[in-house]
Amino acid sequence: MVLLAGSLTTPAIGLIFWTTLIFGIFFFLLSKFAWKPILSAVKARDEMIKGSLESAERAREEMLKLQSDNEAILRKAREEREDILKEAREIRDKLVSEAKGKATEEAEKIIEKARTGIESEKLKAIAEIREQVAVLSVEIASKLLGEQLKQTGEQEKLIDGYLKEIDFKKN
Amino acid sequence: MKTKIFAGLFFSLVLCGMNLKASGQEQEHAVADKGKEETQQPFDPSSFIMDHIADSHEWHLLTKKNGESVAIYLPVIVYSKTKGIDLFSSRKLADGKIFKGYKIEEEGDLKGTIINIKEDGTPDEKNIPLDFSITKTVVGLMFAAIVGLLLFISMSRSYKKTGISAPKGIQSFLEPIILFVRDDIAISNIGEHKYEKYMPYLLTVFFFILLNNLFGLVPFPPPFGANVTGNIAITFVLAFFTFIITQFSGNKNYWRHIFATPGVPFWLLPVMIPVELIGIISKPFALMIRLFANITAGHIIVLSLVCLIFIFKTAGMAFVSVPFVIFMDCLELLVAFLQAYVFTLLSALFISLAVAEEHH
Repeated sequence: MVLLAGSLTTPAIGLIFWTTLIFGIFFFLLSKFAWKPILSAVKARDEMIKGSLESAERAREEMLKLQSDNEAILRKAREEREDILKEAREIRDKLVSEAKGKATEEAEKIIEKARTGIESEKLKAIAEIREQVAVLSVEIASKLLGEQLKQTGEQEKLIDGYLKEIDFKKN
Repeated sequence: MKTKIFAGLFFSLVLCGMNLKASGQEQEHAVADKGKEETQQPFDPSSFIMDHIADSHEWHLLTKKNGESVAIYLPVIVYSKTKGIDLFSSRKLADGKIFKGYKIEEEGDLKGTIINIKEDGTPDEKNIPLDFSITKTVVGLMFAAIVGLLLFISMSRSYKKTGISAPKGIQSFLEPIILFVRDDIAISNIGEHKYEKYMPYLLTVFFFILLNNLFGLVPFPPPFGANVTGNIAITFVLAFFTFIITQFSGNKNYWRHIFATPGVPFWLLPVMIPVELIGIISKPFALMIRLFANITAGHIIVLSLVCLIFIFKTAGMAFVSVPFVIFMDCLELLVAFLQAYVFTLLSALFISLAVAEEHH
């Protein structure tokens, strides 16, 4: 312990000088040629890693956004398709019903025409039949009354009158 | 990694063995030499340990049986007012020789220091020359600095080559440590905005201490094994750097807390200012002592365990000592990292106190 108190704990001036010199040179050279490039390289790498992580994150976000955009577009397209289909269905229905209506109308018109035609034909035929019947009745009457009764206009009118009375009363 | 550590430990164990052998021979020799005159000189573990821990002008390797010591003699650079600057090999001062009126003191308080010898042959203890020798510690220091420079400059080269891609080779080993210093020491203490200015110092001091701690743990061969961070002059300089940087970073707020501590009545200031000034000094002082004491203590424990063999004078003691030394070396490996971390962390903390913005 006495020895420890002596030489060991007394810093020697020469050693202080050499240590200062060597450490100073060591410090200077390392700062200039080692720490500066090393630290800047490490920093550059850190920044690059940080930057690439950030850009990856950004890309991921963008992708997510794109994805949601895509989904929105798809949904919209689907809706549009639905709309178009619905419209088409409506148009078809409308067209069909319109066509149906028109056809019915046409058919009714034709039927109506036919009915009126038939009616007029029927009236014509009745008139003809009436005429025929008049002629026939006159003939029959003449045959019945003989040849005395001459075929005059007055007689015909009389018979006609009778027939009319008979017919319409019956009808 | 594990195998590397184990290989390292094994290597150091072998080297421990080599050192033991050398010291053992020295001891035997001492015993054989002086045995004739004295009955038996007891083994002095204290001086044995001190010789290994303290700085010295020669790098002692081993002592041969014939008494010759094999050592690397380091250059002595010495300045005295009367004789000017002298540069010569420490071989000329070995074994207490006198050269140009200089001598390495062998006993007493000045043991190991170079002193002037007067013309009548007596030591001149009042006029001690300035010793700028390249000592064992300085060599260890230079070696660690050179290794550090090679390591990190080549590392920065590979950054230029690979650009900002993933780290390779030595990069992948050192970069996590650099990032640790940056994220867990600098940013977490000094803060995101100001840390960058102090990064070079913190990194330098961290790796400087770490390299010296680690090299100090390796007992052999010479550039390794100098007790660098266990020398108070070295820790003094490192702490002084932290002190200077802290004071020069101090903002208005820092100085106001020292000279006009908010909330303290003015009549207390004559007491508070000296207390605060002592606080400024005591922080780096604690840094200096902590590193020095931790590393020195580790070395002393390891050497004491080795000394057990010589105290008990039986090789059988090695079965006790060696496992304990291995255990201590593992612990010291941890301490080497830990003390580098603690020194850097506290430096960052002191700087952060100096640059802290005012907030209430």
